[in-house]
Amino acid sequence: MIVLHLFGGYEGRLYATPSEAVMIQLKINGVARSFDGDPQMPLLWYLRDALGLTGTKFGCGIGVCGSCVVHQNGAAVRACMTPMQSVAGAEVVTIEGLGAGEPGGLHPVQKAWIAARVPQCGYCQAGQIMQAAALLKTTPRPTDAEIDQGMEGNICRCGTYQRIRAAIKAAAGEAV
Amino acid sequence: MSRIENVSRRGFLQGVVSTGAFVLGAQFVPEALYGGTPDSPSASAAGSAGIAGGPDPVAATAFHPNVFVGLEPDGTVVIVAHRSEMGTGSRTSLPRIVADEMEADWSRVRIVQAIGDARYGNQDTDGSHSVRSFFDDMRQCGASARVMLVQAAALQWNVPAVECEASPQPHVVIHRPTGRTIGYGELAIAASKLPVPPKESLVFKPRGEWRYIGKDAAIYDLQEICTGKAGFGMDAHVDGMLYASVEHPPVLGGKVAAVDESEALKVTGVRQTVQIDPFKPPHQFQPLGGVAVIAENTWAAFQGRQKLKVKWDTGDNASFNSEAFRKELEQTVRRPCKVAWNRGDVDAEFAKASKTLEAGYYVPLLAHASMEPPVAVADYRDGRVEAWAPTQDPQAVQDTVGKAVGIPKENVICHVTLLGGAFGRKSKPDYVAEAAVLSKKTGRPVKVVWTREDDIKFDYYHTVAATYMKATLGADGMPTAWLQRSAFPPIGSTFELNNTYGSGGELGMGWTDTPFAIPNFRAENGPATAHVRIGWLRSVANIYHAFAVQSFAAELAHEAGRDQLDYLLALIGPDRVIDKKDLGADYDNMGADYKDYPVDTARLRRVAQLAAEQAGWGKRTLGAGQGMGIAAHRSFVTYVATVVQVEMDKQGKARIGRVDMALDTGTIVSPDSVRNQMEGAAVFATSLAKYGEITATNGVINQGNFTDYGMCRINEAPREIHVHIVKSDAPPAGVGEPGVPPFAPALCNAIFAATGKRVRELPLTRSGLA
Repeated sequence: MIVLHLFGGYEGRLYATPSEAVMIQLKINGVARSFDGDPQMPLLWYLRDALGLTGTKFGCGIGVCGSCVVHQNGAAVRACMTPMQSVAGAEVVTIEGLGAGEPGGLHPVQKAWIAARVPQCGYCQAGQIMQAAALLKTTPRPTDAEIDQGMEGNICRCGTYQRIRAAIKAAAGEAV
Repeated sequence: MSRIENVSRRGFLQGVVSTGAFVLGAQFVPEALYGGTPDSPSASAAGSAGIAGGPDPVAATAFHPNVFVGLEPDGTVVIVAHRSEMGTGSRTSLPRIVADEMEADWSRVRIVQAIGDARYGNQDTDGSHSVRSFFDDMRQCGASARVMLVQAAALQWNVPAVECEASPQPHVVIHRPTGRTIGYGELAIAASKLPVPPKESLVFKPRGEWRYIGKDAAIYDLQEICTGKAGFGMDAHVDGMLYASVEHPPVLGGKVAAVDESEALKVTGVRQTVQIDPFKPPHQFQPLGGVAVIAENTWAAFQGRQKLKVKWDTGDNASFNSEAFRKELEQTVRRPCKVAWNRGDVDAEFAKASKTLEAGYYVPLLAHASMEPPVAVADYRDGRVEAWAPTQDPQAVQDTVGKAVGIPKENVICHVTLLGGAFGRKSKPDYVAEAAVLSKKTGRPVKVVWTREDDIKFDYYHTVAATYMKATLGADGMPTAWLQRSAFPPIGSTFELNNTYGSGGELGMGWTDTPFAIPNFRAENGPATAHVRIGWLRSVANIYHAFAVQSFAAELAHEAGRDQLDYLLALIGPDRVIDKKDLGADYDNMGADYKDYPVDTARLRRVAQLAAEQAGWGKRTLGAGQGMGIAAHRSFVTYVATVVQVEMDKQGKARIGRVDMALDTGTIVSPDSVRNQMEGAAVFATSLAKYGEITATNGVINQGNFTDYGMCRINEAPREIHVHIVKSDAPPAGVGEPGVPPFAPALCNAIFAATGKRVRELPLTRSGLA
């Protein structure tokens, strides 16, 4: 029997380097990173396969479900559609880094999500939380219509939308 | 009930228990084998000694009265979750039953996910029965542990056990006469040496003293989910693993004719391609076959696959065109079919009727589309496989993987991760077998990642169904005869060639058990051939059966000039417990003992009344273009009624406003989880009612992502979902699925009320209403 560990936590460069590749520098959750693989590779797979930051999820691969939402310079982007070359010099924050510096290590949106007991399976929730956090940054007290507009790109197949809406309202005003 | 043995002293391997019992063995396997997260605080205690074959420190020092529960000397209670967590909350609910009866402090409970092992009995997490089937067992485990801890304390104090008790403060035994207390942890070793009290001697806590059952609680993994740390199948990682993406035959049963892999191999990071053999019919859970691209990361595997050039032999199913198939099904149900259940003489009644009503309904193929597509990691090594997978059925993984790579199933270890949704899809482990086959062929651990397109194009679909309804009304407007026919490719087609009729199980989901007081009633079922893989999807056959029955009931109400609610209540008829013999010869009641879970029409009536009352049925003033509809349906031995309110917008699309759901599901462990499941069911059903449709052209599925297989999003979800729970002391029933079936007919009944337009086919996009 062999012992294997599960669920990431490793680091490593998994990519052969094309000769024309350039070094891309960026910050992820405050940590400086260098990437010299395929510049067309979406950020999602760099986060997941190379860095083991698996909180950002793969859902559709075409930017229509929101499971992979991260923040690029504070704005919500879909990591599955964000080529590495477009994040050169960027500050990227993932669900793992969202609560950094916050009391208890939790962003107000995360706290609201926990208080409202939003998740069922939980797979989409990192993307939902990242999207909601970005929404509240630009729209601190969103109306129902603004929540609709801000969150309609995020699918929850378990159907937790009512709680998502409630959690966003609860977090409104507290989020930075 | 399971037999409980004290296995703390390593007698567990010989600990033979009764059928379906939950043996301890796996409980003593150290954490690393369970796939616990590396940062899990307790993973260290058990250590890896067990893996190395050395003495098991847990067994040496801790009290494990049975597989479900163990107590460490530090007071940590370890409870094994042997069912899969896919979002219904059973990983939390079942351990809370144990903790309640044990008088354990919930904050000191650690849940360990079980691997797949036949010794756990049934682990297939489907059919909405985890709480129903294991409620009593969990209580017995908890009570046994509590009694033994009390005895251990009495021995330590040298006082009679009757002077000691485990409440009211959790995790502590108190000696009543002196007020002395001692913590559970300090009693672990002593308790581990005690015999298990006979089951007959156990005194269970009265309902009024339940500490956790019936109280709201956060799911165990809540914080990890919200911080991105929870471990789903997609997140499984094994050092040195390669990544695979598989090009499947576009038509079921297709085979590779030729492959040109040259361009794929030029993609940076692609290592090789590997062919997977086609399945031998029937397909069951076997891999579909095809060509896998093996790469150093997921992206490279996807890119390489796009460059593959494969020629296929498509086979017989290339004849499948869903529109033509629909016509076949509709013709089938217009002719006499096999009688599934009969009462009275429908034909004689129709013959003398001056007027009959008839209607046909249609529900297309549906895909599961869980947010986490199928994914698995497998490591084949020396005739053994270790797999990590989001699976509803880890024992099916053992079986399927074993057959796929030619090893005994006992040589397959299946670690169960969290499931990123499942809805029935992940009961079928074809994707895990793919990973195992590829690992064997490459000599490396392999992670297979399905794209969303793979998920939607190669599902085990919820079947397509056509139904035909016919009735004649008596002078009082109520039906004196009712005939219903259905035809759908059955789930049995996945397991058996030439299986074309619905099984007793499928027909018992809302067809033969239609609980209406109609003197002449006949349910029939016609043959239909499957051309795609058919499987279970959340609430299964209840979807199309309830759609037909509850829509037709509303059509008859309209014909009779009656209020829909009143008419539905009249159809349900007087309060009564229906004799099982009147529900069809093969009625299996979802495996639930009919004595404990009979069809009780009073409970169905009550939920219909409650939902209507809470929705303001008949009292709310509705404007033009607004309407309310109701449906009530018993499934998974739970009674649910749903009232939907719609408003037609300027484009003539139905917008769902308020939804009221009332349910009677017996004893409830976690009310908040029940509410969450019902809210989710309303949204899941909104998706299927508005957009859910898989079609095929020449055997190839036309849809491939959320762009053409639409999902309800937050802006289209019901504006308010109100869940009303009937307080009940009845045994616990199903929760995950029964919220789905009444929704679509209630919605269509509401659309009829709003517009006068009767919808007889789903999804609403077909009628321009969504």
